[in-house]
Amino acid sequence: MRAFTRGTAGLVGFLALGEVATRSGLVPRASLPPPSVVLAGLAGLLADETFLLDVIATVLALVIAVAVASAIAVPLGLVLGGNPAVRQATRAVVEFLRPIPSVALIPLALVLLGSGPETKIALAVYASVWPILFNTVYALDELDGLLVETARAFGCGRLRVLLSVALPSALPFVLTGVRLAATTSLVVLVSTELLTGGNPGIGEFILEAGSGAGRMDLVLAGTVLAGILGYLVNAAFEGAGRRLLGWSALTRGRS
Amino acid sequence: MPTMLEVTDLGHSYRAKDGVHEAIGGVSFTVDAGELVCVVGPSGCGKSTLLRSIAGLISPTRGSTTLHGSPVQGVPDDLAVVFQDYSRSLFPWLTVQRNVEFPLRRSLGRAERQARAAEALDWVGLSGVGGKYTWQLSGGMQQRVAIARALAYRPALLLMDEPFASVDAQTRFELEDLLLRVTREHASTVLVVTHDIDESVYLGDRILVLSGAPSKVVADLTVDLPRERDQITTRESEAFVTLRSETARLLHGGRPRSTKPVTSANQAEDGQTVASRWADAERAETGRRATTT
Ligand SMILES: Nc1ncnc2c1ncn2[C@@H]1O[C@H](COP(=O)(O)OP(=O)(O)OP(=O)(O)O)[C@@H](O)[C@H]1O
Ligand SMILES: [Mg+2]
Repeated sequence: MRAFTRGTAGLVGFLALGEVATRSGLVPRASLPPPSVVLAGLAGLLADETFLLDVIATVLALVIAVAVASAIAVPLGLVLGGNPAVRQATRAVVEFLRPIPSVALIPLALVLLGSGPETKIALAVYASVWPILFNTVYALDELDGLLVETARAFGCGRLRVLLSVALPSALPFVLTGVRLAATTSLVVLVSTELLTGGNPGIGEFILEAGSGAGRMDLVLAGTVLAGILGYLVNAAFEGAGRRLLGWSALTRGRS
Repeated sequence: MPTMLEVTDLGHSYRAKDGVHEAIGGVSFTVDAGELVCVVGPSGCGKSTLLRSIAGLISPTRGSTTLHGSPVQGVPDDLAVVFQDYSRSLFPWLTVQRNVEFPLRRSLGRAERQARAAEALDWVGLSGVGGKYTWQLSGGMQQRVAIARALAYRPALLLMDEPFASVDAQTRFELEDLLLRVTREHASTVLVVTHDIDESVYLGDRILVLSGAPSKVVADLTVDLPRERDQITTRESEAFVTLRSETARLLHGGRPRSTKPVTSANQAEDGQTVASRWADAERAETGRRATTT
């Protein structure tokens, strides 16, 4: 509660500072409207159906991207984590692909997938696979050998050990990976929307508000909403982690 | 009784950075079906390694193990292990009840599995904590969960590595009696590693005394006590006291005394059994002692 009060106080202070800076003319008002104007703009937008459709489009793309990335990265992580030979064999490829910024793949994705929503989803999947994959592999490294021995002693074969020991024990790390993936996905989705245009989404809304009319208050309102979305996604995964994985030392240490 | 377990010249060497470390160096013994054999030996002599080899969790670097007459390759069926590091062997994401049900998941339906787990938890005095997570329990309670899990499985061969090390004296006595009762009811064959000499005499039908690493069997003592044991009268009996001191002496590499203060005829017989086995062990171990002393 105390942390919450302090956090709120900090936020209010930050907004007040912005308000003073912009209203006093320290920062030109045309390029950076005061927070009160931005928040009023946001309130207005929340009643605007086309804006809400843009938000829904981005959130939907986010859900799909994270789900697809998890479905690819978790099994792949279990395979790589459980087989050192496969891991060594794929290491060079992984190290080559991982540092490529998703946004740099936009032209390629446009050519391959066209300008529909598949493009941004594919790019978000690409960016999301890595944190989930690496967390899953790391989790298998951390797996206690004695748990595996226990299961084997009770007659569990390889697949059973993987599903009923390795997977549950990896879950806290996997969830952390998914949480990171979701925030990364949001960044990639909004960026792609901004850069390609033509598809409903928060990014496209910001692009349109900024061009032509040059409504900076609406641009910032969209930006703030993207930030709030990112915060909510992160908080949702943390909450889910605490609820589902109360057993884990990772989450136990924090509560 | 038919032979359950036959261990022949079993050896295991760990590969270390500075060469190989020979943990067990050629151990041979047999265990009859339904027998309870205690294994004692100095710390670090390879007792846990021996159990892991028998369980098929590590493959021995030499020698062989046969179970029911067929060679062990991989983990045999119908086996349960209580690991020395019991707390790390419990699944932290499962409740106590579900941990105990874990080995039964493949073979039993839900209702029967739950009943078996509840029964085993009751045996070890933990019927109230089935819904808790294992990391919410004390060390001694965790150890009892690990024991309950092994007993609920009703294995043909039960391997236990210092299973009562973390419980208080009173609970320990109760668990010892529980182990004797339950394993006899299901005619399980049991191998118990213990560092407690009294416990080895109290529990065992036989006691295997191991030497320091690379360990070998120094002595294979038959415990000539009545099968029905009682925490007070058994421990007071002269045969118990005699066996205990003999085990202790063998464990510390000592030679058996040539004359022993034995009073009753019955105990003299016990003593002879023990003495003749020492002699065998002595012969087998002369070489070792010559190098260590
Ligand atoms: N995984 C391993 N890798 C390398 N060396 C090992 C390994 N496990 C055990 N050892 C070594 O093998 C020897 C025997 O170990 P083990 O755990 O079997 O002994 P122990 O008799 O069970 O000891 P304690 O009485 O302390 O439980 C020790 O010297 C130990 O350091
Ligand atoms: Mg040990």
